[in-house]
Amino acid sequence: MDRRQAVAKLLDARDGALVVTGLGSPSYDVHAAGDRDDNYYLWGAMGSAALVGLGIAQAQPDKRVMVITGDGEQLMAFGSHATIGVAQPKNLDIIVLDNEHFGETGMQPSHTGSGIDHAACAAACGFADTGVLRAPDEVDGLCQKLRQKGAGPRLFVLKVTAKNLPRSLPPRDAVFIKNRFRTHLGFSPC
Amino acid sequence: MQGPGNEEEDGTNTRGCLVSAAKVEHVKSNTEPGDLGTQWPHELYRALKSADVRQMAYVPDAGHSTLIELFTADDEVTCNVLTTEEEGVAVSVGAWLGGQRCVLLMQSSGVGNCINMLSLPVLTQSPLLMIVTMRGEWAEFNPWQVPMGQATQASLEAIGITVLRADTAEDLIDIVGQAANTVYDTDQQVAVLIGQRLLGKKVW
Repeated sequence: MDRRQAVAKLLDARDGALVVTGLGSPSYDVHAAGDRDDNYYLWGAMGSAALVGLGIAQAQPDKRVMVITGDGEQLMAFGSHATIGVAQPKNLDIIVLDNEHFGETGMQPSHTGSGIDHAACAAACGFADTGVLRAPDEVDGLCQKLRQKGAGPRLFVLKVTAKNLPRSLPPRDAVFIKNRFRTHLGFSPC
Repeated sequence: MQGPGNEEEDGTNTRGCLVSAAKVEHVKSNTEPGDLGTQWPHELYRALKSADVRQMAYVPDAGHSTLIELFTADDEVTCNVLTTEEEGVAVSVGAWLGGQRCVLLMQSSGVGNCINMLSLPVLTQSPLLMIVTMRGEWAEFNPWQVPMGQATQASLEAIGITVLRADTAEDLIDIVGQAANTVYDTDQQVAVLIGQRLLGKKVW
């Protein structure tokens, strides 16, 4: 499926969810759907997206947190499946845009093209709901499902076409993005 | 829920036990039993609670075992056992984004696992308070602890973390108390190293 269309659908249905994006294409995909104060874009710290999402989810239990990241970024956070599986937040959903490649660095094949399955790993780690989606139509059903909080953390892999799309660059000023996100939640800069 | 499979890097399993007493002999203590010489983890807990810490993330260490027990028994604090220390750096930044204060506990060997992830709090100017129990520097038996123990302070400083060090219980409580103020009120990143001399010699 086309990653930009899938992400646009998920964001159209975000319904107040706070969004964290993993470095590389997921940050561009989310930015392409419209820059917002409640988007937290990562440009580095590979492997941090799911765990930044966990910290936010624990601090904001009444809000839903959606992490949108890539297969490579999530591979560097492989231990996060276990950490989040133990923590069991009910308001954390992880979307892995899986093109089976490291797209940012020259489209080298990633582990997921050789059968490593983030959704199966999350299921084995006790996530409440997991799945692998291959057709664009399936994303509509996922949007409906995500409107309700889960019984625990959820992770869905969206198999997307391995193609580098025109970049849509979010601000790289990390302090600005942090303060903008926190201000959205009612917190002041120091 | 207790995390599975926490084996210490040097082959023992004392590090992974969340509630079992660590085999630590206090070979050096400036104070009498029952006072700060043995009660410092409780004072440390109180200092962090006074600073309104609401999340705690950790890879276990024998020296942190009492503090971990106190936090995990506290319903006001959300605790995360980690598979690797760098995860806790990301959780700390996430906690702050969501409006809560987090403290990160680890052993000196874990500092090496954190280096690139520390660019996240440094670049975003997000508060980060790490409390690091030292190995490889005082009465150490296990040579595998020495290289990272010796490199801990330099590694942290190289990536831009302020390092403070405590070798007595009195200093530790003072330093953590003021470090918490500095970290959370001025968006700083501070690691407090607890000297191995204070922690005591591990009995093999």
